[in-house]
Amino acid sequence: MSDQYDAIIVGAGHNGMVCGSLLAKAGKKVLILEAASQVGGAAVTRSFADGYSVSACAHLLYQLQPQVQKDLGLSPDLAAKDMPTIALSEDGNHLTIRGDHAESLSDEDAENLRAFHGRMTRYADLLNNFLNKAPPRLGTKNMADMFTLAQLGFAVRRLGRNDMREFLRLIGMNIFDELEEKFDNPLLKGALSVDAVMGTHLGPRSPNTILTYLYRLAGNQGKVGQPSGGMSGLSEKLAHSARDNGATIRTSMPVRRIVVDNGRVAGVETESGERFDSQIVVSNADPKSTIMDLVNPRHVETGFTRRVKNIRMRGNAAKLHLALDGLPTIKGLDKKALGGRLIIAPNIDYVERAFNPAKYGESSPDPVIELTFPSLHDTTLAPTGKHVLSAIVQYAPYGLKGGWTGDARESFTKTVITKIAEYAPDIGERITATELLTPVDIEKEFRITGGHWHHGELALDQFLFVRPVASAAQYAMPLEGLYLCGAGTHPGGGVSGAAGRNAARTIIKQERSA
Amino acid sequence: MSIEQVELARLKSPFFPRLEAIDRLYNWHDWKGYRSADAYTNPELEYFAIRNSTGVFDISPMTKYRITGPESRLYIDRLVTRDMINKVGPGRVAYAVWCNDQGQVIDDGTIFHLSEGEYRLCSQEYHLPWLMASAIGFDVTIVEETAAIAALAVQGPTSYSIIRNLGLDGVENLKMFGLTNFDFQGTDLMVSRTGFTGDLGYELWIEADKALDLWDALFEAGKLHGIRAIGTHALELARIEAGYLAAYEEFLPAEETVRTGRSRSPFELGLDWLVDFKKPNFNGRRALAEEKRNGSTWRLVKLDIEGNKAAEHSYIFADKNARKQIGFTTSATWSPVCKQNIALGTVKCPHGKPGDTMFVEIYYQREMHWSRVMAEAKVVDKPFWDPPRRRMTPPGPF
Repeated sequence: MSDQYDAIIVGAGHNGMVCGSLLAKAGKKVLILEAASQVGGAAVTRSFADGYSVSACAHLLYQLQPQVQKDLGLSPDLAAKDMPTIALSEDGNHLTIRGDHAESLSDEDAENLRAFHGRMTRYADLLNNFLNKAPPRLGTKNMADMFTLAQLGFAVRRLGRNDMREFLRLIGMNIFDELEEKFDNPLLKGALSVDAVMGTHLGPRSPNTILTYLYRLAGNQGKVGQPSGGMSGLSEKLAHSARDNGATIRTSMPVRRIVVDNGRVAGVETESGERFDSQIVVSNADPKSTIMDLVNPRHVETGFTRRVKNIRMRGNAAKLHLALDGLPTIKGLDKKALGGRLIIAPNIDYVERAFNPAKYGESSPDPVIELTFPSLHDTTLAPTGKHVLSAIVQYAPYGLKGGWTGDARESFTKTVITKIAEYAPDIGERITATELLTPVDIEKEFRITGGHWHHGELALDQFLFVRPVASAAQYAMPLEGLYLCGAGTHPGGGVSGAAGRNAARTIIKQERSA
Repeated sequence: MSIEQVELARLKSPFFPRLEAIDRLYNWHDWKGYRSADAYTNPELEYFAIRNSTGVFDISPMTKYRITGPESRLYIDRLVTRDMINKVGPGRVAYAVWCNDQGQVIDDGTIFHLSEGEYRLCSQEYHLPWLMASAIGFDVTIVEETAAIAALAVQGPTSYSIIRNLGLDGVENLKMFGLTNFDFQGTDLMVSRTGFTGDLGYELWIEADKALDLWDALFEAGKLHGIRAIGTHALELARIEAGYLAAYEEFLPAEETVRTGRSRSPFELGLDWLVDFKKPNFNGRRALAEEKRNGSTWRLVKLDIEGNKAAEHSYIFADKNARKQIGFTTSATWSPVCKQNIALGTVKCPHGKPGDTMFVEIYYQREMHWSRVMAEAKVVDKPFWDPPRRRMTPPGPF
C-alpha cells in the first residue's frame, strides 16, 4: 500500500518548506515529511522549562531572501527588527553598532566604519545575486551555465577598477587583518569579527572569514530581527504557504530511507514502515546524512561518496538557554538596550584566543557569546514578568576531547554563566532553569551531521560551484530523481530560503526541458 | 636515514634465490618496488619457450588485494563495469576494468572469486585508496596481500603436461577463467587457467614461504617439456600478440592524468563487452551511458602493418601523404610467431573500424642514419595470436 506523489520533500526545515511550497505552486503533488513533531527544522520555538520557550537553534533572523518572500507572497512578522549590536564592555562603556555607524567612536574609526560597511554591503549585494541562482557548472558548453558564469565575471568587473581589485584582494582573506588595518576600537573589532565566525569552525585569523562576513550581510545588509513567536512564527508561515499551495505536510514522520529502485529514486520509507512513492525526492537533510544514511553509498559512485564523506561539518557553536525570574542588570544598559543583540567579545584577540582550544578539541575557557533576551520583545515566550536568555556560545567543538559527558556539559555551562556574570553580576540569582545544547545535542535534536548549522563549513572550498561537492552543485545529485534543497547546498546556512528556492526552480526547469 | 644505510631498496620476490641462480644477464628493473628481470638468458629463447614449450614468469610482484565480508559481492559489482553478481560465481576468474565517476578507466585486472564472498583482485597498479573509498557504506574488509602470496604464470603449449606432472588430479577439467585448489605438500595451491600470453597456460598461487618448494617441483616436472624462466621482454612480446592492454601503454590510470582527454573509457579501449548497463549502478555508469549516447572520442585499434619495421612511437595518419594525423601507436613489435608486423594504437573516432586502412609513420635507424617509411596498416578485429589450444578442455598433452 503506497501513495504516489510528484515530489517528496524529506524534512520540513525552512528550505524544505520553501521548496515544497514552490513546487506545489507549480502544480505538483507534494508531500513534506518531517521527523519532529513540529515544522521548522532548526528554525523552531520550543519549551525548555515550565512556561519558558525559546528559538531552540537559530534565534535571530538575518537574511530571509526578498525573492523568497516575493515568490511565496509572505513576509515575516517581526517582534523586533533592526536590532542594534551592542559590544559589551566590563566597565559599562559599551559600543552600540547600527550598520554603518556606532556611538562614541573616534572620528577616524567612524569614517572608516562608514566606508567599510559601504564597501562590504556592495560586495554582499553582488554576492547576493548569485546566492539566488543555481551555481553554474564549470567546463560545460551549456549556454545557461556559461551565461551565469559570464554574469559573475561581469558583475565583479562592473564594480569598477578599485572596488574590483579590493574585492579580489579581500575575498579569500581573513577578517582579522582587514579589521586591524581599518580600526582602533577593540570592541568594534571584536564585535565585527564575531559576525564573520558565528556558527563556523573558524577564528578571525582563519582564511576566507571575509567571505563568511559578506555571507552574513547578504540579502538584508546584516539587519537582524526576531520573528514574533520565535522562529516557529516564521516556520508556521512557511508551512501555511506550502499548505495553501496544495502541499501536504506530515510531522512526526521520520524517513528511514530513500528508496532506490533499478538505479533511480522511487520514493521514501518512514521509520514506521510506511512507503510513499515519487520519482522525485528532495532532501532537506544535510548532504552527509542524505547520502550516507538515507540513500546508502552503494547507489552512487565512489568519487562522489568520497567527496561527500569529506565535507567538513563539525559544529563549534553551542546554544545556552536560561529561564530567568527577572531581567539581570548590566551596568550601563537600560531595559530597552537589553533588547539588542549583545556580544561578549571585548577585542579581536579574545575571539581568536577563544577559538584556539577548539582546534585541539577543547572548549573555550573564555567563550565568545551572542546573547539576546527574546522575551523582551515577545511576551509569549515567558511567564509575565519573567524572561528568557538565549545565547550562542563559541567555541564548543563537536569532537570535544573526552566527549560531551555530564561533567563536561556542567562545567561548560558554568563557564558560560560565569562569563555572562562578569557583565551581569546578578545573573546567577535570576536563573531558574538552564539548558545547554552542544553541537552533539544539535546533531541529535535537529538531525544535522556534526551539529553544524550551515550543513557544512562555509569556506571557499565548499562554496558556490563546489557546494556541497564538486560536480554536484546544481541541487540534482548523481542519482536519478534525487535532489538536495538544504543548507548544505549553495548558498549555505542561515534562515534565508535561498537553497530551497533555487532547488525548486532547478527541478521545475529540468522537468520542462525533459 | 641516508640511502647508504638502506640495505636493499628493492624487494625480493619469494622466488628470488632461484631467479638469481639462473640469471646470466643481470638486467633487472623495478616492478612496483620489486626486482624483476628483463630477461634471464636470451629474450628470444624465452619468447619461444612461451610459444613452443613453456615459459615461467614470476608474477609475485603483481598487486594483490583480498576482499572479503558479507557484502563483498555487492562491493565488487559496484566497483567494476561488468556483471559480477550473476556471471562470476565462486571458482571463476573475471577480467575486469574499473572506472572513476567520469567513466574513465582507473585500471584493468583479474578478479578471482576464491570462494563464496571471498575475492582476490590483481592489478598492475596500487589501488588501496580507491578500493577503500569504494568500501564506504559496504561491510567488506580489504587487505593487501601482495607480499604474502607467491605466484607463477606457467604459459605455453606444454604447460598442461607440466601441471599434470605435478600430480594435480582433475586439473584437466579446469576451463579457461576457472580456478581450483590442490594440496601441495600440505599447503593449499591455487591453480587458475589464466595468463597474459594468449596461449594455453596456468597461474599458480601459493603462500610465500612455500614458493621455493613449488618452483623446484615445477621445474622438475617440466624438465622434459622445455620449461624455462622468462623475463618481461618475452612476456611483453606475447602480450602484444594476444592484443592485451597494459597500463601506461594503452591507457593511463585515470586518477593519475592531469590533462583532460588523456584518460580512456572502456569503450575507447575496445572493452564494450565488459560494460553491463543492465546493472543499476556501478562506478562510471552515468558517464558511460552518456558516452554511449554521444559517441566516444578514441578507439583502440589492432594494426597489421606492411613491412617488418616495428611501428614504435609512431603517428597514425588517415592518408599516405600524412596530411591528417588521427592517432598514434601504443605498443608495436614484429611478431615472430605470426610473421606479422603488429601494433596496438589509439585513433580518433570514427576512424579505426575493423577493415579500415590507415598509414603509420615509422622511423628506423640503419647504421646510424635514420629512414622513414609510411607503412600501410589494416585494422584487424581479432587478436593476432589466438590458437585453439588456448581454450581446449581438456588441453592437449603437447
